[in-house]
Amino acid sequence: MKVAILLYPGTWSERDFAHAFGLLGIEHEIVWHADADLHGFDAAIVPGGFSYGDHLRAGAIAKLSPATRELRRAAADGMPILGSCNGFQILCEAGLLPGALVRNTHLEFRCDWVRMRVESEETPFTRGLGGELLRMPIAHGEGCWVADEDTLLRVESSGQVALRYVDERGTATPEANPNGSTANIAGLRNEAGNVLGLMPHPERCVEDLLGGTDGRRMLEGLGARTVIPA
Amino acid sequence: MSISPTLSGTTTAQPKQADLRTEFGLTDPEAARIRALLDREPNPLEWAMFGAMWSEHCAYKHSKRLLRTLPTTGARVAVGPGENAGAVDLGDGLLCVFKVESHNHPSAVEPFQGAATGVGGILRDVFAMGARPVAVLDALFFGDPATARTRGYVRGVVGGIGSYGNCVGIPHPGGHVTFEPCYDGNPLVNAMCVGIAERSSLRRADTARPGSAVYLVGSDTGRDGIAGASLLASAEFTGDAGDAKGGAPGVDPTASKRPSVQVGSPFLEKLLLEATLELVASDAVEAVQDLGAAGLTCAASEVAAKSRAGMRLDVALVPRRATGMAPFEVMLSESQERMLVIARPGRESDVERVFARWELHGTRIGEMTADDALEIRDGERLLASLPPRALADEAPEYDVTQWAAPPNGAGRVEGGPPSREEWPDGRDAADVDGPTSEMAPDRGNAARAALDLAAAAAPRQKVGHALLELLASPAVASRAVLYRTYDQMVGTDTVDGPGGDAAVLRLKGRADGIAISIDAQPRVAALDPFVGAASAVAEAARNLVCAGAEPLAITDCLNLGNPERPAGAWHLERTVAGIRAACEALALPVVSGNVSLYNATRGVDIWPTATIGAVGHLRDVASRIPVTTGEEGDLVLLAGSADARLGASAYEALHGAHRGPVAIDLGLEARLQRFVLAAHERGAIRAAHDRAEGGLAVALAELALRDGMGMQVTLPPVRGGTIAKLFGEGPGGIVLVVPPDREAALRACAADHGVELWTLGAIGGDILEIVPVLAMPIDALRRAYEGGLAAALGRQA
Repeated sequence: MKVAILLYPGTWSERDFAHAFGLLGIEHEIVWHADADLHGFDAAIVPGGFSYGDHLRAGAIAKLSPATRELRRAAADGMPILGSCNGFQILCEAGLLPGALVRNTHLEFRCDWVRMRVESEETPFTRGLGGELLRMPIAHGEGCWVADEDTLLRVESSGQVALRYVDERGTATPEANPNGSTANIAGLRNEAGNVLGLMPHPERCVEDLLGGTDGRRMLEGLGARTVIPA
Repeated sequence: MSISPTLSGTTTAQPKQADLRTEFGLTDPEAARIRALLDREPNPLEWAMFGAMWSEHCAYKHSKRLLRTLPTTGARVAVGPGENAGAVDLGDGLLCVFKVESHNHPSAVEPFQGAATGVGGILRDVFAMGARPVAVLDALFFGDPATARTRGYVRGVVGGIGSYGNCVGIPHPGGHVTFEPCYDGNPLVNAMCVGIAERSSLRRADTARPGSAVYLVGSDTGRDGIAGASLLASAEFTGDAGDAKGGAPGVDPTASKRPSVQVGSPFLEKLLLEATLELVASDAVEAVQDLGAAGLTCAASEVAAKSRAGMRLDVALVPRRATGMAPFEVMLSESQERMLVIARPGRESDVERVFARWELHGTRIGEMTADDALEIRDGERLLASLPPRALADEAPEYDVTQWAAPPNGAGRVEGGPPSREEWPDGRDAADVDGPTSEMAPDRGNAARAALDLAAAAAPRQKVGHALLELLASPAVASRAVLYRTYDQMVGTDTVDGPGGDAAVLRLKGRADGIAISIDAQPRVAALDPFVGAASAVAEAARNLVCAGAEPLAITDCLNLGNPERPAGAWHLERTVAGIRAACEALALPVVSGNVSLYNATRGVDIWPTATIGAVGHLRDVASRIPVTTGEEGDLVLLAGSADARLGASAYEALHGAHRGPVAIDLGLEARLQRFVLAAHERGAIRAAHDRAEGGLAVALAELALRDGMGMQVTLPPVRGGTIAKLFGEGPGGIVLVVPPDREAALRACAADHGVELWTLGAIGGDILEIVPVLAMPIDALRRAYEGGLAAALGRQA
């Protein structure tokens, strides 16, 4: 298992992901977006940050990078791809995930810990975690997921909602929703299940020292694949 | 020497010959000194360059003599004052690079961009040293939060800091916020950046050599912020401040200064940061210098002066973002996100490749020379030729002690009602009469709600009302409503973020870590600037100690009024003296800093405000003193001094009083801090929290709120009234939580250090009970503490 961590101008989570994968013993490499060639990698991370300064819209310029073509190809080939925070925004902009992420309804950037319930196990990152409550940090100003009625119906009925903001009892309340996201959606997968986007930061919670380890459960899903014979 | 007598470019941008000197803020004697240094009449461009470099902001004319008296050396000091930032040695090849800097005047004029570019500037100071920034902290000082003007400033400043730091991806793990009316028209924005560098990667500005190529990289140069250093940062705002109680910030005399403010691009900063660190890591550069105040003029003369060399620049090669810019504008532009990079000979193509990879505009604009001259050319034409050291180092130094004099009635503050006597000692709080029953009606919804709740409680809980009111007050209430808009965790090093006494960061791949604090004591300093400044140093160090970290060094940002007036001069002298005394007592060197003078509006100075940033070392992050309440049955003790006074307290502030005397026992402070570190070393301490704003009662409440656990305690059996013991403030007090079986070891350690200890009670239950005067459910404390600031600012929590 070797993971590519994409680096765009303005990305800032690439080193955090690299550190996390280092702790998990998963081989990884930071890959400059313009040189992105995902051949030879087994998974890809689109990390958080402010690619191109969020100019125009979060992810709107990054989607024009040569990396997008490569991500589309790899996604079609079934490669596990995780987009977190700005990575989620880029995946939506690139059309690899449905809907769009817009300004938080309270109009503020928000950094906090949130709880999510795993709604879909059909991704390499959530396998075996169905129904589990995960606690992770968020840090974003544009994490409110929106879509038209049809898209919302489709993602709900096809099980593409992978993660939902909930309170400590596991209920999706308005108070548990940190950004006003439609239906408390925190993360989505594509139809095939190999692409997952989420606003929270799993790479920030893989060590007890930093306040939580639920991110480890999500990221080590990649390492586990190497144990299972192909 | 042949110097072109004219400035080329637009006539509008060309300073008129007649008022060149005053245009750039130079006095007659300063102009004479310049003529003597050059032995000729400078041309207009040269006047402009001197005006900027000899401005208060760049030359520290009024503070340098005093700053020289501060202790700046020590076994752990790697880089002292004078460089882009200071540095301390963390051992095993790592340095911690840090500095605090003000961006007060720009923030008063345009709060969002002013604060944002303040963060940008301090980040560049740190990464110009070859250090990766790992934290930004800020100290913010605003006026009355009930006014629309202050609310606008808070929104703008906090928004600007967040938008910049979040985008660059630097965590904001802590800060300090003061609300006092003296800052109504002149908010203070002090930003501190902390970075980590490999010792071998450290870059200084004094290592450029003749012949090396000089690159300007980052933003193109525009007309923004022309002469900001001399026009904005080195003079008072004058004129009518407009509607002091309302209106948007900036709708006042500051509006005409707005063209002197710069606009920031955090995205470009991020690219500059990564490119600079890559250049440093590959050893392709000799020196790096950021462009801040006085732009290219300052950066060029600093590098040349420090490197004892000359530099030749061609302004025609400087990329512009505006057309028709005169050389004078190019040389003084304060366009943000620019760096001067001196390449190692033979590595120019590597430097250019790194710029290109990060999509940065980097242009070779000149070279280092062996002459003692900073030469500015426009193509073939020589425009200016000045000795770099005359620009950078030869500005006059004024001895403010010559005219310093305390303001009339120093030690008193105008405006407050006559001071009340301290309340008599009363074991029964029901007997206590006074302010708790006559609280001002307009203290915000949270405080009112808290009062309603408390009113429903037993009548003996009058003191409880006062505690709730204090917890909800802007001086004490949780800052989470502001700090949650800052990314506190990016970089995955933040172990303890905002809310504890100090921010704690781990160092990846190592067991050790750093603790960072930032503090100020303007309310004390208003009464006695010496005690205020010394208290700020003591508190910053004490906060590190409360995390179990050994304080290594401080950085200081002095925000003061007009030093040309006797009172301003006296404030400056006493402030520096207070910092010096505290640093000597606590064996803390000052490694970097900044002075912001002329903080006054319409002739009224702000309170003298020394912001102190401190960095400490934790040998083992995992065994720091954590931000916890402790465990059921743990003992609660007060260590140090039980002498706390109401005069300058947050409690009195709520009731409109403010009076001295204030005092600090620096010997006691030093013993206390050494004792706590020694006791922690022996594993005797579970939790610690210093007695600060709101006094012992608030310290106990904040301790209880950490894990939502209660305690039952009594007040220390010393002389003094109940209210003074509860809410009185004073340095030298730390509340300790200790496992019962470690009490004997703690007492022995305290005796060794000559530190007094009072056992107050024990942790347990879900009520904060201070027998017999107060009993308050933790939930009520939490509502007051967490909702207070939003309510005071008129926001929804």
